[in-house]
Amino acid sequence: MQQRTPIEEQIDLPFIESLRISFQSLKIRFGRSIITTAGITLGIAFLVSVWTNNEIGVALQESGRQSTINTFEETTEQGISTKDIWLIVMSLIVCVVGIANSMLMAVTERFREIGTMKCLGALDGFVVRLFLLESGFQGFSGALIGALIGTLGAVLLGLKDYGLDLFFYFPLLPAQPENGPMQLGVIIVILLGCILGMILAVIGSSFPAWRAAKLPPAEAMRTEV
Amino acid sequence: MNDIVVKTEDVVKEYRMGSNILRALDGINIEIQRGEYISLMGPSGSGKSTLFNMIGALDRPTEGQVYIDGQNMSQLSQRQIAAFRCHRVGYIFQSYNLLHVRSAHGNVTLPMIFAGISEKERNQKAEKLLDMVGLGDRMYHLPDELSGGQRQRVAIARALANDPSIVLADEPTANLDTITGREIIDLIKRLNTEQGVTVISATHDLKMLDVSDRIVDIRDGLVERIRNRDEIEIEVGEVGGEGE
Repeated sequence: MQQRTPIEEQIDLPFIESLRISFQSLKIRFGRSIITTAGITLGIAFLVSVWTNNEIGVALQESGRQSTINTFEETTEQGISTKDIWLIVMSLIVCVVGIANSMLMAVTERFREIGTMKCLGALDGFVVRLFLLESGFQGFSGALIGALIGTLGAVLLGLKDYGLDLFFYFPLLPAQPENGPMQLGVIIVILLGCILGMILAVIGSSFPAWRAAKLPPAEAMRTEV
Repeated sequence: MNDIVVKTEDVVKEYRMGSNILRALDGINIEIQRGEYISLMGPSGSGKSTLFNMIGALDRPTEGQVYIDGQNMSQLSQRQIAAFRCHRVGYIFQSYNLLHVRSAHGNVTLPMIFAGISEKERNQKAEKLLDMVGLGDRMYHLPDELSGGQRQRVAIARALANDPSIVLADEPTANLDTITGREIIDLIKRLNTEQGVTVISATHDLKMLDVSDRIVDIRDGLVERIRNRDEIEIEVGEVGGEGE
């Protein structure tokens, strides 16, 4: 054992290199990325439509304008019905489970790729960063599209229920009515939807990616999906 | 010459399968000289791939030590292990393990990206390596657009990207037909003789016999015997048809 050249430390890659690799990966895997993103879009669209629909209902009720079709038969004093709360909670759960599932699947089918990258000298942190970037981008774009679709759906539904009055009382901005609950407004709901979609996508993907990155490469490459 | 590049000391690897413990390696002691072409042979389940993983720092032994270039692998930090995989070893796998989203060229440049080599330099090197393995005209094809033999050539070019001193090949010919397998073996052998790369290969392909300097027979997680080249040549004749 004469050759005792010490083994050096692996270097960190510049951020731009990670960005480039993750975008390349999204681009080539476009079809698969779209499906994963669609999962996020659907979850957020559902949540935002229910939520916005509720905001519209409350706003119009506050304005004294009753729905032509009475959707508020169970309306409580706070202006929000238990049925609506139930709907929002349900849509939130569907959204969380749906996004977590699609991200989990998308990462699990790439365990071999993670193992291979480690064989070639990738640091654990680099692997996680790659997935963070990919999922952050997917999460944000998916959630934004979902939020817009959801809002559109709620507006169409509102038009059917309230007619053009909807636009006079449209709850775009946050408002605090004198004797009612605080209203977030549609813009805030869209924003919250985007943030939620992005956070869920990032957690849903970086947690399994981190777990895979911690495995010895041999084990990661053995994993069959 | 006594330049040992790999040394294992009583290496044991156990896998937990539910309540059972499977002892895949049961105390392996081998020494591999620099520049050697070593074949680890044995039936499936003998532990040769497990030993391969230990030597390549792809898995951790349950007990025992692995030394490479005199370094005790268990004492290396995360960053050192990553650098070791990046610079010192080139891996070739049975199922190629190319990244499907990257072209042949992109696969070969990846280890150089990890090594921090400039874009210009790594492009030149990738072109040179792909030319060397005979894929100069298919450089920008995705792995899915290449045949098995071509994919394995990309894997070989990728393994050589950072000029490793050791090439580890795990059943490199198992998924290939006889002729393509032969070509791949010749290519690996050429690296060994022309560039002095130490080649450690896990295999049960008899074609690998006549290019190996030594053959380590692994059975039930133990070294059964170690044969030298001269002993091998006689046996190849007996196998019939495999030798020239």
